[in-house]
Amino acid sequence: MALIELVGVCRRFRLGESEVMALADVDLAIDAGEYVSIMGPSGSGKSTLLNILGLLDRPTAGSYRLAGKDTTTLGEDEQAQIRRQTIGFVFQSFHLVPRLSAFENIALPLALAGVPADERKARVEAALAAFGLSERAHHRPDQLSGGQRQRVAIARATIMRPAVILADEPTGNLDSATGADVVRLLESLNAQGVTLIMVTHDPALGQRARRRIRMQDGRKIGDEVR
Amino acid sequence: MRGRVTARAPVKASDTLHFALRAATAYPLRTTLMMLAMAIGVAAVVVLTALGEGARRYVINEFSALGSNLVIVLPGRSQTGGFSPINAITNTPRDLTLEDAQALARLPMVKRTAPIAVGTSEAVWRGRLRDVTIVGTTPDYARMRRLEIAQGRFLPEEAPHAAVAVIGAKLQSELFGAEPAVGQILRLGDRRVRVVGVLAPFGQGLGMNVDEIVIIPAAVAQAMFNSNTLFRILIEASEREALGAAKTAAEALLKMRHDGEEDVTVITQDAVLTTFDRILSALTYGVAAIAAVSLAVAGILVMNVMLVAVTQRTAEIGLLKALGAESRTIRRAFLAEAALLSLVGAVAGFLLGEMGAWALRSFLPMLPAQAPIWAIVASLFTALATGLTFGMLPARRAAQLDPVTALMRH
Repeated sequence: MALIELVGVCRRFRLGESEVMALADVDLAIDAGEYVSIMGPSGSGKSTLLNILGLLDRPTAGSYRLAGKDTTTLGEDEQAQIRRQTIGFVFQSFHLVPRLSAFENIALPLALAGVPADERKARVEAALAAFGLSERAHHRPDQLSGGQRQRVAIARATIMRPAVILADEPTGNLDSATGADVVRLLESLNAQGVTLIMVTHDPALGQRARRRIRMQDGRKIGDEVR
Repeated sequence: MRGRVTARAPVKASDTLHFALRAATAYPLRTTLMMLAMAIGVAAVVVLTALGEGARRYVINEFSALGSNLVIVLPGRSQTGGFSPINAITNTPRDLTLEDAQALARLPMVKRTAPIAVGTSEAVWRGRLRDVTIVGTTPDYARMRRLEIAQGRFLPEEAPHAAVAVIGAKLQSELFGAEPAVGQILRLGDRRVRVVGVLAPFGQGLGMNVDEIVIIPAAVAQAMFNSNTLFRILIEASEREALGAAKTAAEALLKMRHDGEEDVTVITQDAVLTTFDRILSALTYGVAAIAAVSLAVAGILVMNVMLVAVTQRTAEIGLLKALGAESRTIRRAFLAEAALLSLVGAVAGFLLGEMGAWALRSFLPMLPAQAPIWAIVASLFTALATGLTFGMLPARRAAQLDPVTALMRH
């Protein structure tokens, strides 16, 4: 059984009088542990697809099964719970809370899940060590370099040991050397079994994935496995 | 799709509070402004109610100076409900007389009475002249008003017609200076009286400055003013419980003595006190309500500031949603922040208000300005309730943000 299963998924947006079809009839199945890149030009629907995969957005039509469970009929709180337990997000602009330290940013998902403070501390410290951030634990985001910020963001995305990591242009705000480090980090997580889905318009980055999906005008126009 | 049965939001209250605290301290200017507004509101309530309560206590203290179990008789009828024109023509009120006072003193539940005749005259001693208020009364007056004698003695029991006088402390120093007053002959109008005593400083009491009066025997005063009538008769009941009975008996006795006419007014000190107490309490409630308006204004400021906070932190709210925060988690975080700021502001305002009340007490020692407990509790509670109420809308707005749009804002 596939981890992710989209059948006939559409997403329409209303822009004034006109309707925009951001996603048109997308079928997609992704198995656990896959490494998938989603590529396409701006406005091709790749971000919308990622938002739907991450349960941040709902399809207008079609069904989305995640780990065998139909998510389109779930309430907001149940979707929030799935996001908490199953999905880790990595964003282009890091999205760290500026007033919180690296430690506190990484601990956020644990706090949202109600993990007790002492267990939280142990897990965050382990994550900081694993990502080479131990010495930066009590620095705020504005005291960190871009690469360190994205590593904090990845540590935060993985602290709940999610089944899927959704990365939206994770290297978009980084120089190429730092970007390469971040990609290697994400790939090493994938090597440990986490499903990695990465949206990018950088062909070089996209080519690294074993499975490459191409989007255009809201449609899936290519799906190739190396 | 909302409203399905789900488990309780798993976030711990301590984490929500901690998060709110970090958010509040991250924007010091905004936080300070909001707390200041709340503090001013609460301080206003505390100071104004302290002032009202101070005035109330001041008045009650003044009345207590009269002595407790007192019934006061006034000539004329002022408390009758009906007024008929015929009464107005035919009803000439009889005077209150010394005999009335003596008769009242014989009532069983009456301990003693004191007639009071009041007039003004000039007092002259060795060419020094001063206008004075003259109080004509009996020796019991000192006991009933709790007057203390500094020098000499009070009016003699044995000689109700003696031409003697007891003078107030201030009068003594103004008229006699450093010389001993007791034994001197003082001219009052066209009469001469011998000063037998000087009162200890007393201060204001029932509209008269006791320090500036001359007390002489009632009979002498009536002769001096060429009048039979009394200004008041004070009656001291044998005990506090007998106050009502004493009042009723006094009314009945005076009606009988005055040919069946109810032409006097008998009031108890309690009635006067209760009236003043009511008026001043109403005043205190009134100023409290006015001050509470500033709390409402503070509430509106809380709402605006929190709305700005929601706008400022839109991306953060989007992130929290992406990380799996439920709507109510976000709502609670913002509500906790509003409550926290309101509460800290209210406590600061309470301290500020207490300082204000302390300053009032220092500058006006006669006014025991002290905010009543109810006002303090009510203002703290109102501040918290206001913060929560006005924090509700921004918190709900934050909770309902669409995560995709929210995440795109930064």
